[in-house]
Amino acid sequence: MDSLFALAHGLTVAVQPMNLLFALIGVLLGTAVGVLPGIGPALTVALLLPITFKLDPGGSIIMFAGIYYGGMYGGSTTAILINTPGESASMATALEGNKMAKAGRGGPALATAAIGSFVAGTIATLGLAFLAPTLVELAVQFGPEDYFALMCVAFVTVSATFGDSPVRGLTSLFIGLALGLVGIDKLTGQARLTFGVPELLDGVEVTTLAVGLFAVGEALYVASRRHIQEEVVEPVRGSLWMTKEDWKRSWWPWIRGTLFGFPIGALPAGGAEIPTFLSYSTEKRLTKYPEEFGKGAIEGVAGPEAANNASAAGTLVPLLALGLPTSATAAMMLAGFQQYGLNPGPLLFAERPELVWGLIASLFIANAMLLILNLPLVGLWVKLLAIPQPWLYAGILVFATMGTIAAKPSVVELTMLGAFGLLGFLMRRFDYPIAPVVVGLILGPIAEAQLRRALSISLGDPMVLLQSPISATLLGIAVIALVLPFVLKGLNRFKMQED
Amino acid sequence: MTTRTPRRIDKAGLLIALVLLALAGLIWQDMSSLQLSSVYGLGPKAMPMVVSVGLAILGVGNAISALQGGLPERESLDWKPIVLIIGGLAILIACVKFNVGFIPATAVLFACTAAAFGRRAFITDLVIGFAAGLIIYLLFAKLLTLSLPMGPLERLIGA
Repeated sequence: MDSLFALAHGLTVAVQPMNLLFALIGVLLGTAVGVLPGIGPALTVALLLPITFKLDPGGSIIMFAGIYYGGMYGGSTTAILINTPGESASMATALEGNKMAKAGRGGPALATAAIGSFVAGTIATLGLAFLAPTLVELAVQFGPEDYFALMCVAFVTVSATFGDSPVRGLTSLFIGLALGLVGIDKLTGQARLTFGVPELLDGVEVTTLAVGLFAVGEALYVASRRHIQEEVVEPVRGSLWMTKEDWKRSWWPWIRGTLFGFPIGALPAGGAEIPTFLSYSTEKRLTKYPEEFGKGAIEGVAGPEAANNASAAGTLVPLLALGLPTSATAAMMLAGFQQYGLNPGPLLFAERPELVWGLIASLFIANAMLLILNLPLVGLWVKLLAIPQPWLYAGILVFATMGTIAAKPSVVELTMLGAFGLLGFLMRRFDYPIAPVVVGLILGPIAEAQLRRALSISLGDPMVLLQSPISATLLGIAVIALVLPFVLKGLNRFKMQED
Repeated sequence: MTTRTPRRIDKAGLLIALVLLALAGLIWQDMSSLQLSSVYGLGPKAMPMVVSVGLAILGVGNAISALQGGLPERESLDWKPIVLIIGGLAILIACVKFNVGFIPATAVLFACTAAAFGRRAFITDLVIGFAAGLIIYLLFAKLLTLSLPMGPLERLIGA
């Protein structure tokens, strides 16, 4: 009941005109960047960080969350209509959605995606409202060693456990951790990895890294392989409305998608790709129309779309309750909190309840706005895809550099932006995941601080990490999550040799 | 299952491994120049040590997967657009360094990027970029009071 009361209070914060306006701007921007290929919600939040620095924290964070939700809606439009998912979370949607669009059923595909996102987003946000306070109660008992262990779990699951290659994922993570070392050590005041460059004393800016990797890196990557494929936009033909049959076939996939998306998003398991593909394969197995799969089955759109929205709400649980980002967008939102000196976690729930609950309540409002924006107005969003690619990317780069210049107008900062852009390009080309770098840069210094705090309380005794039952359990999970993919790979290879 | 294709050594993959090892060495060397000043617990050296060792191990891991041809196939690569975009960024940086101002810098970056994506109208794009830069400058520097680099042109508007 406490949650309901707090939520009602949050609602009074969320319906303040300014906050409604921020939510609207957020969902508009989010949908736009979700529709446009090449920019996602993580990059958008990164671009907005320097601009929103002087705005009201509550409103800005409501806007960031709107962008996150909106990006999930908009990504499905691109996935269905041009088969190049705007977000990796929409990859599963593209499988059936684009087939439906080609078969002239683009309207119902977009409708089931939007309504499914709304259903999933609403259920999952309720889940967030009830789960986050519970997690906060648990987290109050956490000591620094427990936080350190928790971050170890996040490091491993984000980089190693669920990617294609644990070695490449961990490599990305360690590049992020290495970047996190740069700057003055907060406890002893010594400069690390600054090579006498004064601009590096403050450390590597998260926004510079994120904008470099996501915006410049993506632009370089797309430009370098432009000669390979041309994109075709499928026009939306026929009615937007779903038939009775469509509703009947969409309902359960929505619910099942939510049930996959929310818990997996809430676990520090990183990203929405896993629940979307789980949902896709489940729907494929359960469907009464298996012959339609691969040719445009509505279940294959409804399930994954619900899953990706539910997982977006899910990732907000560890972010708000523990300060633990498990996706690139959540990492950027954490950076957003930090720029106002706010640290998500139990303390934030106690000290700034109006901010936390205002945010959660505004998510319901954002969800309703998105349903309206995406169903009747989908035609408008599709027009965005008509922006010529050269101008689109030129505009992205102009905004990217402007954000960096506005934050720190220095040659060093801009050179780093270019260098991170090249890094992002190379990582895409050689298939290294990007998100672990950002997570490593943000969480690395926090993990180090927690570990050092834990060890100075224990007078340098490392056994403190194993004496706390929470920390010992979490470290155990981290070790298993680290070793498991290697063991599975070894088993596969063993089987292959047997055959 | 499929018979392995004869092992093809991935040179780019080996280079990545070498870079990782070099980075590990660099972090280690930087770490050894720090002074130990923590009485209890971990000093500032612990984390760099962990990262350095981790990178070294991953360097070896990457080298092994490169030797086994474990890296994914790569598509053909067009270098020209990359040179154009990086060139545009370099000119932008030069503009900031020599106080040419935000608007001309933006115009050049816009036109270079558009050219990298196949536009053949450099002058038109330069004009569009200039207009975009002007609007952004007015919007952000005036409305949101962000400080953007000033050149002769910006001072003219600003005054």
